[in-house]
Amino acid sequence: MTSRPGFVLEVDRSTPPTLLWHGSSYRLEKFPKGTRILYPPEPQEPLVDPRGAIEDALENPVGTSQPLSTLFKKGMTLVIAFDDVSLPLPQMQAPDVRQLVIEAVLEKAAAAGVDDVYLVAALALHRRMTEGELRHALGSRVYDAFTPRKRLLQHDAEDPSNLVDLGTTDQGEVVEINKLAAEADLLIYVNINLVSMDGGHKSVATGLASYRSIRHHHNVKTMVHSRSFMDMHHSELHSSNWRMGRHIAAQGVKIFQIETTLNTDTFPKLFDFLSKREWEWTLKDRSAFIASSKSLQASPDWLSRDIMHKIRSPYKLTGITAGEVEAVHARTLNKVFSQQLVTVEGQTDILTMGLPFVGPYNVNSIMNPILVYCLALGYFFNMYVGKPLVREGGVVIISHPNKAEFDPAFHPSYIDFYEQVLTETTNPAEIESRFEESFATDPWYIHLYRNGNAYHGVHPFYMWYWGAHALDHLGGVIVLGGDPKATRRLGFQPASTMMDAIEMAKSIVGDDPSITHLHSPPLVMAEVI
Amino acid sequence: MKLIGSLKVGKVKPGFPYSKAQIPGTLEVSRFKDPLGTSFDTSWARTYAVRLIRAILIDNVVRPATKVIASPKVYGVDRLKGVSGPVIFASNHASHLDTPLVLSNLPEHFRHRCVVAAGADYFFDRRWKAYLWSGILGAIPIERTKVNRRSAEISTQLISEGWSLLIFPEGGRTPDGLGQNFKGGVAQLAIKTGIPIVPIFLEGTYEILGKRSQTLKPGKTRIVFGRPISPDQKDARELTASVEVEVATLASEVHSDYWHAQVTKHQQPDFALAPKDRMSWIAEWERSASVPKRKKKPIWPPYFGSSRSFGTN
Repeated sequence: MTSRPGFVLEVDRSTPPTLLWHGSSYRLEKFPKGTRILYPPEPQEPLVDPRGAIEDALENPVGTSQPLSTLFKKGMTLVIAFDDVSLPLPQMQAPDVRQLVIEAVLEKAAAAGVDDVYLVAALALHRRMTEGELRHALGSRVYDAFTPRKRLLQHDAEDPSNLVDLGTTDQGEVVEINKLAAEADLLIYVNINLVSMDGGHKSVATGLASYRSIRHHHNVKTMVHSRSFMDMHHSELHSSNWRMGRHIAAQGVKIFQIETTLNTDTFPKLFDFLSKREWEWTLKDRSAFIASSKSLQASPDWLSRDIMHKIRSPYKLTGITAGEVEAVHARTLNKVFSQQLVTVEGQTDILTMGLPFVGPYNVNSIMNPILVYCLALGYFFNMYVGKPLVREGGVVIISHPNKAEFDPAFHPSYIDFYEQVLTETTNPAEIESRFEESFATDPWYIHLYRNGNAYHGVHPFYMWYWGAHALDHLGGVIVLGGDPKATRRLGFQPASTMMDAIEMAKSIVGDDPSITHLHSPPLVMAEVI
Repeated sequence: MKLIGSLKVGKVKPGFPYSKAQIPGTLEVSRFKDPLGTSFDTSWARTYAVRLIRAILIDNVVRPATKVIASPKVYGVDRLKGVSGPVIFASNHASHLDTPLVLSNLPEHFRHRCVVAAGADYFFDRRWKAYLWSGILGAIPIERTKVNRRSAEISTQLISEGWSLLIFPEGGRTPDGLGQNFKGGVAQLAIKTGIPIVPIFLEGTYEILGKRSQTLKPGKTRIVFGRPISPDQKDARELTASVEVEVATLASEVHSDYWHAQVTKHQQPDFALAPKDRMSWIAEWERSASVPKRKKKPIWPPYFGSSRSFGTN
């Protein structure tokens, strides 16, 4: 059976209410007649033999690379870097694709007698992964073999002794990356390309870089000129990373890139209805929806959050390519687009979206208002190729409870950002110039980042810059069902019902607006023509 | 009071997700994995093996069964002598019994090469129904409330392949036994394909199993075949009207005689199957008087043990 492509549905009288994420729960919302709903393509058929496909990719690399087994020499230093806990979302059912790939690589290395092997989690400025998360991503066999020997490491962007300055690009961007990775005889990077933004030169140039280096592309100017950063050919973020990546290669760092693509089979059988089209819900789906949504709504926040974060996705491998970075990434992009892209005719006045319980930066944690902002305006808004789905001066309506709740262990600097920065201004450029430096260099945040499980002090700023393009483009943002105080703190308007939100939006975009709803899960990307 | 209130609320049919969602009207049906309605593929029911089984079933089960239940008396078969090609049989419609009754009493050379136009929304809305009716009666799905290209395409194609079509132009069973106005689809199809329409008047099935009947009450029926009407030089509206008048003439003919029917047809203005005043009791009074009835033999001998017998003594 082949998967059906995505499509745009025009709402009429007989269209059933549409599923909308609302944080840790979901609800059904009736849209006005004429609303367009963007339904994602169905999950693609997975590879029948993933281990065979991995083996094949490693031995038949693309671009100028040689087969992996010929790159291994006795006595060499091998570093295997891998994506951190921010991918995939939610975490996938064991075995994680990183485990499958890394095991295949390690078997080859062992066969070639390569003993000096390190595994490095490419955290960039993200929090350190916990033991449970590392075991889940790599498998206990890998974890138990490397951790006691101190060969399973997590990249530390604030450790001067383990960073190396590789000079600057022709644009004056500082390239400073993990020393161990840069000086290894071979650096293998294992990617999970969930969306088109992931992978390519961004893997090493961002994932293994320091704050000094990352600040050159994670800033307001770059973000406003990344339209969108899901489309690398029109993304300043990617241009900067590509310059850095090519500079790293020119400095003699030998990189063997492995990129994997997953299908969009995001939720296990019990939650099948989340990814189905509403009119195709069976009795079982409807019962599951009623039972789960009622119980999640009746549960306290901590419980519903805990339940949802325990979900493991049945993602399946749809493709793997290995070899030279740019050649690999070109193939990966085609695969990702073939899974997620839907063609949409024309922009819309109002774009609506339901936000789920998890984004890249709150795995096993709370989604605080800054992350709500980032997920909506940074990620969902940018899920386009060509033109934004919503017109310039249009309105985005977000469905999320948006409570001012924070995780002090994972997001300490977010709390201060919310209380000290957002109370002053929400303008990204002003925030960058007035506050970034002090948060980025704060010794307490650096200590928590290096020794605890905290995001770097500058991370909430990056979240805010992530939405800079959307803020620049939009006429207003309305949070449906959002906590009024927290919503106003972000500079948005709260609304209690969808009809209220649409009426409020009319005061910005005018009467008789066109409305488009981004139906998720699973992930969908709009090609606006 | 609260209980009563909640009971009242409970009577309202709950919407989605408590009941199945409707399919959005803006969707093309071809998006579905297993299409029903007009998109249901009935070609399997016209394969040789299925036709053979259906022919055996109609001749040996359906025909004897309708004889027992409806005791049909067939008139006007002589008018179809010499008519060989595909035709459209257009009949008035009062009961689910109409289709098996007409189908099993068609002249032999039409009986096993005839498909039945059935409402896509009623007979093809569930998979089991779609397979059952297309298999047993050779039904094809027709959209009866709106113009549907797919319905027209199926019918045209089958006619071009030599299949006759049995269709009920009233668009549904009569709710009260009285005739209804004919819809234009039959005429359009006849004009498009150039084949004649054979009017059929059917009587008595409303009493056996009418639209509101809960039980089957065996009785007597009449099937009257009319002369084929050629679609030449007629527009659809005109042709629809002449088919309706012809069916009404057949009704008049079977109730009186051929000459009286012809006189009524030509002399009575607005002569039609549907009564002029549907709300009047007279129309139903006259209709029920002419319906064929079975003579019932009393279970007990007359006057045996009755009050009347006492009276005569």
